[in-house]
Amino acid sequence: MAGNHKSGAKQAPEQQPLRVVGTRHRRVDGMPRLTGEAKYADDIMLPRMLHGKILRSPHAHARIKSIDTREAEALDGVYGVITGKDLPVKYGILPWTQDETALAVDRVRHVGEAVAAVAARDEETALEALRRIKVEYEPLPAYFEPEDALQPDAVPIHPNPKKKGNVSKHVLLEFGQVEEDFENAEVVIEGEYFFQGTTHGAIEPHCAVAHYDAQGFLTVWSSTQIPHYLHRELARVLELPQNRIRVIQPNVGGAFGGKSDPFDLEFCAARLSMITQRPVKILYTREEVFYAHRGRHPMKMRYRTAVDRSGRIRALDAKILIDGGAYSSYGLVTTYYSGQLLAAPYQLSSFRFEATRAFTNKPACGPKRGHGAVQPRFAMEVQLDKIAHALGIDPIELRRMNALPPFAKTVNEMQTRSNGFLQCLDAVEKASNWKQRYGKLPFGRGLGVAGSTYISGTNYPIYPNDMPQSGVQILLDRSGRVTIYSGISEIGQGCNTVLAVVAAEQLGVELGDIRVVAADTDLTPVDLGAYSSRITLMAGQACFQAAEKLAAQIRQSVAKRWECQPQEVVLGEGQALHISDTDKRVPIAQAFIWAEEDHGTLSAVGYWQTIKEGVHGEYRGATIGASPAYSYSAHVAEVTVDVETGVVKVEKIWAAHDCGKALSPVSVEGQIEGSVYMGLAEALMEEHRVKANDTGLLDAPNLLDYRMPTALDTPDIESIIIESNEPMGPFGAKEAGEGPLHPAIPAIANAIFDAIGVRVDELPITPAKVLAGLRAQQHQAAATPKTARKKTASPVESA
Amino acid sequence: MSKQNSSNKISRRSFLKGMGSGILSTATLTTGGLLSKEAAARILGPEGEAIRGRTTITLTVNGRAHRLAVEPRTTLLSALRDRLNLTGPKEGCDRGHCGACTVLMDGKAVLACMTLAVDARGKTITTVEGLAKGDELSPVQKAFVEKDGLMCGFCTPGLVVAATALLQENPNPTLDDIKEGLAGNLCRCGTYPKVFEAVQTAAKSMRKGG
Repeated sequence: MAGNHKSGAKQAPEQQPLRVVGTRHRRVDGMPRLTGEAKYADDIMLPRMLHGKILRSPHAHARIKSIDTREAEALDGVYGVITGKDLPVKYGILPWTQDETALAVDRVRHVGEAVAAVAARDEETALEALRRIKVEYEPLPAYFEPEDALQPDAVPIHPNPKKKGNVSKHVLLEFGQVEEDFENAEVVIEGEYFFQGTTHGAIEPHCAVAHYDAQGFLTVWSSTQIPHYLHRELARVLELPQNRIRVIQPNVGGAFGGKSDPFDLEFCAARLSMITQRPVKILYTREEVFYAHRGRHPMKMRYRTAVDRSGRIRALDAKILIDGGAYSSYGLVTTYYSGQLLAAPYQLSSFRFEATRAFTNKPACGPKRGHGAVQPRFAMEVQLDKIAHALGIDPIELRRMNALPPFAKTVNEMQTRSNGFLQCLDAVEKASNWKQRYGKLPFGRGLGVAGSTYISGTNYPIYPNDMPQSGVQILLDRSGRVTIYSGISEIGQGCNTVLAVVAAEQLGVELGDIRVVAADTDLTPVDLGAYSSRITLMAGQACFQAAEKLAAQIRQSVAKRWECQPQEVVLGEGQALHISDTDKRVPIAQAFIWAEEDHGTLSAVGYWQTIKEGVHGEYRGATIGASPAYSYSAHVAEVTVDVETGVVKVEKIWAAHDCGKALSPVSVEGQIEGSVYMGLAEALMEEHRVKANDTGLLDAPNLLDYRMPTALDTPDIESIIIESNEPMGPFGAKEAGEGPLHPAIPAIANAIFDAIGVRVDELPITPAKVLAGLRAQQHQAAATPKTARKKTASPVESA
Repeated sequence: MSKQNSSNKISRRSFLKGMGSGILSTATLTTGGLLSKEAAARILGPEGEAIRGRTTITLTVNGRAHRLAVEPRTTLLSALRDRLNLTGPKEGCDRGHCGACTVLMDGKAVLACMTLAVDARGKTITTVEGLAKGDELSPVQKAFVEKDGLMCGFCTPGLVVAATALLQENPNPTLDDIKEGLAGNLCRCGTYPKVFEAVQTAAKSMRKGG
């Protein structure tokens, strides 16, 4: 509907006080999770269900010479065995780079790649069958560093007659007069940074249950965060019509981007069910989850920033080398994001980035919370800290003077709207008592600041089409119950609550009288899924629109009976009320009945399609990074560093996030806290990497060696909600789920510098790296006259 | 993959897990000569590659006694989930790392994935499903609801049970006690601040007799 975007966002009239939006309510789906009643994919047990297991490659790169499954098939209790030839159709989340198969065909490209799958009466029998499959491999040279994979004589990981080498994607974009700005720059700060790969680590392992029934109808329950895209890819790979497939997403136990690709287990469970005519469940082991990965890309970044002596940023030149792993996944988008999302929240007069994503023989990287932008943001915000120190400007002040104003276009031509960045900076400055404490804390204790921005959804769907990006249908029952149907993907982030809040506000019902039926492709209109922080804005708007239509019908019917104007009827607190005549009030169920008498069965749809014109540039790649709205964050971190051990303890993080109107403040706080937690993990603890022995085995494919922060490692977090009013968002809302992660990492790195004068530009900042920095600092101090202050710039600082 | 790992070195976890799943314990038992050939054959399958023998045990779970035949290698988690359909305890890692499968055994928090079902004979097991009395949520559950101490909810059953055990041992915990007591339960949504609040709230209400 054109009206949706032409008129901008739908928002409640100013004079109506909000009754539900912005109140401290609880999430609508919490109770069954507390009693153990909530069903996740692995909790689904179907009659006659078989259990599947997947055989995985022990080689990082090899040709498959032969596979012999006869002994496995002969084992008692085995019902089906499949290999690459049973699922040969290539797929991939992006239509331009479909380079995966569910089971390896001819070649494996990383340890852990799926080679064969078995369905048996139980998991033990399936495992025994896997042991009986004989695979003959011919090892090929394997590459574990992008530089090695990019050597001219490297064996191509994806042989392609049209493309040489192992470049997955290369992007070079330039805006403004970069060279000229550098020539005229008063100060140039250079830095090299490394962001280690990290993984999502949702506590629920991936799981899929497939049932191909006697009518040739396939149902797949999966722990996915992209049910719609999974629906499409299942049809493609299984060569079934899409209308014979139903994808249901049960409760999902965390995702963080790690469930936003289609995975081997969904295709294998489906094919095995088709072969065996029985339901098949496949549950990943924790080790398989680590090898499935699709997590944060390791990035090596070289930045040059040109600034005036006053602190005004002129130009940024960023060179980024991205380690993609063995497949494309979202890599094309990641490569663009690594530069495109760097331009805000600051005003740059010129900007150039060159990003290269290389294939390597490791599990493929993909999107993790803050997709593509978290790594370059780390480098950017540490650069700014170095600039502040070089020029003697307060780091918060430096960010303030360079902040992009609201409703501005970025240097790469992205149209922004509401912008609470300055308020975020003000809030964390005040809350942390920054002015009194920054640079003045004793040696070993420090404060650091960082800022960031993120998208509230992508302007375009993953496959080009002109259909809505989000659909919502609302059904009103005579009992006063409201049912919301939408393809939205609840992964713990609270989107069911968001839609319930929007509808409750509009329709005057209590939150408890709303039921959200989500992510079932047979029942719910399409929503593109839980990625790019899109649901609050897009599905929220679709829900607003549907609820508004119904509210208008109800008001009209009530007004008719009360002989007043519809605008005199207020819906709230479970009732229809007259705006001034306090005697006139009926329970909302009565109002629904009157409306049903007048209008027939009460149902309405709403949908969202992002405005496409004038919001981004016309150059190639301009569409990637374009969003209907941008969120903003600023964090201050306080750390203590033990100079004997190098251990960094984050004492507190003040995190301010501009999420537009906070529809559900408790959920927003939860998202801020969870983001800070995950950022801290990436700053100090977690590494998803292969062993140094060239086997391609992961260093830490379990939850003990992969060092996730526990309750003990979680710092004191003060979440501060900043409410700008976003014209594109429902009630002025925008995203909160990913944006608040970004600044946590550089804020911690900058705080470490404030504490001990050491820069560690390689993540994670381990005690060993801190100690190495301190030692280098001591060497320098010994070599130079003793005029240096307590906190000197360390020689490891590249500035 | 796991084969490769274990051939490199047997970590504590893969060793423990091996014990749990029977594969390693089989090797240990037979090579160690602890069992007669006949006894081993009763436990092992005809080809000795997998344990198929079953033993009948009584498990007392959430106040009810259940008789079921389990293999020696069956974990308590598998018995609860796969046999008794109590899917509250979750399988997050099956290695005792994540805490999502935490249940009470004689009032103490244990990891159901690291406990053999046969070792739970004669003990009183409580899962998250057994915390509420009818419609009346337990004080810990109530506090988690009140403070919204959950997001995706997958770790929640384990956290709620662990918090219950913690408060039984220490009715008046400091914030540090709570962090220490819940350090074995990973919550990847990072709901910790609200979980800490919930446990403090529950402690307060339980001290008042709520």
